[in-house]
Amino acid sequence: MKSAVITFPGSNREGDVIRALRRATGHEPVSIWHQDMDLPKGTDLVVLPGGFSYGDYLRCGAIASRAPVMDAVRAHAAKGGLVLGICNGFQILVESGLLPGVLMRNAGLKFICKMQHLKVGRTDTSFTSAYTEGQIIKVAIAHGEGNYVADADTIARLEGENRVAFRYCTADGDTKAGNPNGSLNDIAGIYSERLNVLGMMPHPENLIETLVGGIDGRGLFESLSAFRGAA
Amino acid sequence: MKNTPAMTPELIAQHGLKPDEYQRILTLIGREPTLTELGIFSAMWNEHCSYKSSRLHLRGLPTKAPWVIQGPGENAGVIDIGDGLACVFKMESHNHPSYIEPYQGATTGVGGILRDVFTMGARPIATLNALRFGSPDHPKTRHLVSGVVAGIGGYGNSFGVPTVGGQMGFHSRYDGNILVNAMAVGIAKSDEIFYAKATGVGNPIVYLGSKTGRDGIHGATMASAAFDDSADEKRPTVQVGDPFAEKLLLEACLELMKTGSVIAIQDMGAAGLTSSAVEMGAKGDLGIELDLDKIPCREEGMTAYEMMLSESQERMLMVLDPAKEKQAEAIFIKWGLDFAIVGKTTDTLRFVVKHQGEVMADLPIKELGDEAPLYDRPYVETPKRPVLEAANIPSPVSNREALLKLIGSPDLASKRWVWEQYDHLILGNTVQQPGGDAAVVRVGEGPRGLALTSDVTPRYCDADPFEGGKQAVAEAYRNIIAVGGTPKAITDNLNFGNPERPEYMGQLVYCIRGLGEACKVLDFPVVSGNVSLYNETNGRGILPTPTIGGVGVLDDVAKSMSLAFKAEDEAVILIGETTGWLGSSSWLAEIAGREEGAPPPVDLVMEKLIGELVHGLIKDGLVTAVHDLSDGGLAVGLAEMAMAGGIGATIAAMPFGLPAHAELFGEDQARYLATVGSKDALDEISRRVSAIVATGEALVLMTVLGKTGGKTLTLPGEAPISLAELEQAHENWLPAYMAGEL
Repeated sequence: MKSAVITFPGSNREGDVIRALRRATGHEPVSIWHQDMDLPKGTDLVVLPGGFSYGDYLRCGAIASRAPVMDAVRAHAAKGGLVLGICNGFQILVESGLLPGVLMRNAGLKFICKMQHLKVGRTDTSFTSAYTEGQIIKVAIAHGEGNYVADADTIARLEGENRVAFRYCTADGDTKAGNPNGSLNDIAGIYSERLNVLGMMPHPENLIETLVGGIDGRGLFESLSAFRGAA
Repeated sequence: MKNTPAMTPELIAQHGLKPDEYQRILTLIGREPTLTELGIFSAMWNEHCSYKSSRLHLRGLPTKAPWVIQGPGENAGVIDIGDGLACVFKMESHNHPSYIEPYQGATTGVGGILRDVFTMGARPIATLNALRFGSPDHPKTRHLVSGVVAGIGGYGNSFGVPTVGGQMGFHSRYDGNILVNAMAVGIAKSDEIFYAKATGVGNPIVYLGSKTGRDGIHGATMASAAFDDSADEKRPTVQVGDPFAEKLLLEACLELMKTGSVIAIQDMGAAGLTSSAVEMGAKGDLGIELDLDKIPCREEGMTAYEMMLSESQERMLMVLDPAKEKQAEAIFIKWGLDFAIVGKTTDTLRFVVKHQGEVMADLPIKELGDEAPLYDRPYVETPKRPVLEAANIPSPVSNREALLKLIGSPDLASKRWVWEQYDHLILGNTVQQPGGDAAVVRVGEGPRGLALTSDVTPRYCDADPFEGGKQAVAEAYRNIIAVGGTPKAITDNLNFGNPERPEYMGQLVYCIRGLGEACKVLDFPVVSGNVSLYNETNGRGILPTPTIGGVGVLDDVAKSMSLAFKAEDEAVILIGETTGWLGSSSWLAEIAGREEGAPPPVDLVMEKLIGELVHGLIKDGLVTAVHDLSDGGLAVGLAEMAMAGGIGATIAAMPFGLPAHAELFGEDQARYLATVGSKDALDEISRRVSAIVATGEALVLMTVLGKTGGKTLTLPGEAPISLAELEQAHENWLPAYMAGEL
């Protein structure tokens, strides 16, 4: 697994995801600057980390989606390469057209940082093979604009194609009661059509050790670590 | 030099300078100042920058210890934490601006303190804050809470530093003057600290960061005056924060520092370009010459006066090694920030400012700081209040009802509504989150970590400034001990009323004496700080509030201790003496509706003795949970431990022979609650306590109160309270209040 983590001006969880990847894969991810035009040869996974790229000015992810490096990311995704966007990275993916929908302000209009339970969707993807379907995991959320919204057709398609990667829920698995931000269908993360692009608001990278909150986020990185290249 | 407009008494007064202070300027420079010079003096000689009322008294504070690398006088304090690492930290107020414009006032408060830390070469790893608002009934309070909390979150979350702890209280004495104190903590290699002292003649002075605008002109002067009913009209003096620019500035500065090109660096905080330039020159015994034509400006036509007094945010000034100019510039271009050579160091010891070919100011640089007025203002001691006898204060309600009311009162209710708006998890090193005694943050990959806390009990300081000052430091010490840390040093943020009133000056003087005394006995020196005076509206001052930011070190964060009950059937023990002290307590204010009586005295020797005992119990694994006792006493402490662990407890009759409400809610100091998991451990603790008593040094008391278990908290003689009921009372108040339901 060769991974590349992109730093935009204003990214701030790039270090956290680099640490999670390093621990899970044993390889040091390559840091890519937003103005680079190319990804390193042989890159399997590109990560768009959390943060406030370009200060979230204009609209979250809007400016970053037009950064020079994003052409290379789009080309990588088109070839079937893996792309993971976490939080601000998810916002950049929807702004780039790599994933459908938009992320609006949280229904409560406030930034929320807390531990949050998620229900894992399908597990036959490169991102979730280490989990079991329907497993309830506890990770962190930290966002002000995580309210996933799309038109009814898009939602129907995401559901019909089984592309909801994670849903918010309570510790008992109640999705409606556990929705922290008003997202439609309690969506916390979605896949692209070919399941090679994952965008998610929660932060699995902050839940990789018992000492700091728990290890429920590790599964995502362990799944990626098991990735053996496109078939 | 042009001398227009002419100096008039009105113009001088508008600059916050008293007639005798203006006379001092005339004597110093031997002529009338220009308008730009008057502005420079007003910026350097206001209370905020010159500490003219407090300096004399601050001298008495202990500032040294073998682990102190840098004490007060730099951008932040620095202590050695081992492994070649240093912790750089400071707390600073942004009170006046936050009242006028809560969101921007709070953001720029956080931005300013973060800059103080990374100016010294440290990467910020945590922030904390201490907030005081007016009465919940006051019409502005909700708006101010909402704006300040959003502002602190808005800046810290975007900058990318976890906000790990803080405190928040309400009192009508803050109705017209809220307090926003922000603390930042960073880590650097102990031999790679950067200072403000310029060296070398003819070296370039470089301006970095955002452009200069017309915002915040006279901010520091505004912050050095009391408010009246027109406070809202001061909005233009408040700066606007840009956390994105600050994040870029951080990364660019740290990258630049690695190249070895930085000779001296100073952030532009209060009094902007003026204060940063003068400080670098004066500390290095050098003159500074600035060419204002080179300053990157946000708008056209800015005058020298405006540029010298602007408090636009996210700016730095630096003395650069001329050989590395190109390399340095490339780093700033990469991060998209302004980089301009705006002047040079000279050997003249003059501060010379040129604009459009004219000299706008030419002043003696050392004297701008050194000759600032120093006042020994008259002060009176706060009259001592009588010691209240618990037996004479009957409880109007049952103890069960009192506990539920107390844990749901504005000061003691859960502050989850606040800290869930702060990213407290970013960087992945937050071992203990907000809500405990002290936050615990791992340093890098560990195992070392820091225990961080902010503390003060303003109602004690109001009742007895000396004891209240001692208590603020002692509580910070205790909170660090309770999580398993070794207390190392503090930063103090002294918030007081108008020092020109002897009673408020007396509060300042005696609080400083009290905290100095505590620092000395507890070996807990002050390494940085900030003074905010004139927190007063229409002649009424705030409660004296010397906020203490404490830093401790843990050798292994995996062994940190928390307050949550861990298991059923463990012994609950109390260490320390209980006399049932109700004077100035939370119980007295909230339940009996009285704010009176002497506050609990702090026996510092006992505080240290018990602190060291508890530290040893944690280190040797003899206790399973530890919580320090403060507001609300024993009963509130038990409730907090039960709620955190989701496990109840039953407390047997207590052996103190006092009225039950005094035993449960008294606020005697130097006390800790703990749980113990085995008889052997309990015997060992008894043995250690007896050993201290045997030395004859002090009578340390250890009492077994009861044991953990079940889902209720049962106090002696009271019906059990379910954890669900406790939680509802504790968690509901703030969200309901903010939603306008109360």
